[in-house]
Amino acid sequence: MIPAQFDLKRASSAAEAIALIGEYGDEAKLLAGGHSLIPLMKLRLAQPAMLIDIGRISDLSYIKDAGDHIAIGALTRHMDVEKSSIVLQHVPLLAHATSHVGDAQVRHRGTIGGSLAHADSASDLPATTLALGATYVVQGPHGQREIAATDFYKGFLESALAPDEMLVEIRVPKTTGGWSFQKFNRRAQDWAIVGVAAWRNGNASGVALVNMGSTPILATSVSAALASGASIAEASELAAAEAEPQSDSNASSEYRTHLAKVLVRRALEESTR
Amino acid sequence: MKVNITVNGQPTEHDVEPRTLLVHYIRETLKLTGTNVGCDTSSCGACTVHLNGEAVKSCTILAAQADGCSVTTIEGMSKDGVMHPMQQAFMENHGLQCGFCTPGMVMAAVSLLKENANPTEDDIRIGLEGNLCRCTGYHNIVQSVLAAAKK
Repeated sequence: MIPAQFDLKRASSAAEAIALIGEYGDEAKLLAGGHSLIPLMKLRLAQPAMLIDIGRISDLSYIKDAGDHIAIGALTRHMDVEKSSIVLQHVPLLAHATSHVGDAQVRHRGTIGGSLAHADSASDLPATTLALGATYVVQGPHGQREIAATDFYKGFLESALAPDEMLVEIRVPKTTGGWSFQKFNRRAQDWAIVGVAAWRNGNASGVALVNMGSTPILATSVSAALASGASIAEASELAAAEAEPQSDSNASSEYRTHLAKVLVRRALEESTR
Repeated sequence: MKVNITVNGQPTEHDVEPRTLLVHYIRETLKLTGTNVGCDTSSCGACTVHLNGEAVKSCTILAAQADGCSVTTIEGMSKDGVMHPMQQAFMENHGLQCGFCTPGMVMAAVSLLKENANPTEDDIRIGLEGNLCRCTGYHNIVQSVLAAAKK
């Protein structure tokens, strides 16, 4: 399969990329690692007339210890996140979840910013960064603004990014305490049928669900129940309270709801150990 | 658009459409047909090549993205008619049946050993999750990679 015809321009800086998306508008898409966009283009589910290649903007590939949080450049590859000693030490849930994205070949090319901006609820990192209370820094023609992960996901493949903005940095609070990432799928490299990213530190917790609706879902009822003293078994019964899972060829809505409860229980048990 | 890609140590330069995939550049422009197209959806890994030394799926990369980079294909693995130790290990351990997945398996396995020189059997199974063998010959593929790691 070959994508439909398009033109390609290379941006050497975020500012240049933003100027180009301003110029070409709806016709243009940003190309980072391409591992979400190119498959869609081959299937003709996306047919941008202009691709703006941002993959060579090397100053957006970094991982920094920024005190209370870790700052990750949007063009940092999955393989660099999963192996980063800073991420492994301060946000091990993110390093571990990243190691479950696709396969090694995909992680050599795909970027954290590309995965988040694609806003696919079936991807591992939107839910993981949501559970961790991350903030995304986006840049537009008039400068930068911050968007909390909780405000970023608007619908299926829809985010709060304006058409002339690009994601430039992901800020993930450092975590202490237990954590777990549960991914249930049929083949090793597949998207999760349901996934759970969770951390817990005493009464505080964060639990988010992969592929349980059109957006990644923060399971706030689970965290509220734990904070008010509920057992793991009681809290995990509320796993799907915020979710509206779809039915597809892999699983019915009811099965997904069942899976979410089981996986949230396992995730909380592992986080509490 | 013009791309310059070093393939198996040789500089190449061609005018391509922006939509040209790296695998088509390798197979159709350069006529290096050792790299296979299997699923064409970045699932099966048959098209795995090295881009700047790392395994990637060439069906999901534009030739334009590889401009200025170095690519190694299965044809670039043997030196002076002598097979790469990984190829040798696949031969000695019956790591191939129909052989369709083999170029991608070899390229992925060499990249895996670069990142983890002393892998366990589990490390290999997880490390090769992006490569599918429709003969289901995984056991001997894993044995081949274990054998190559010991060389």
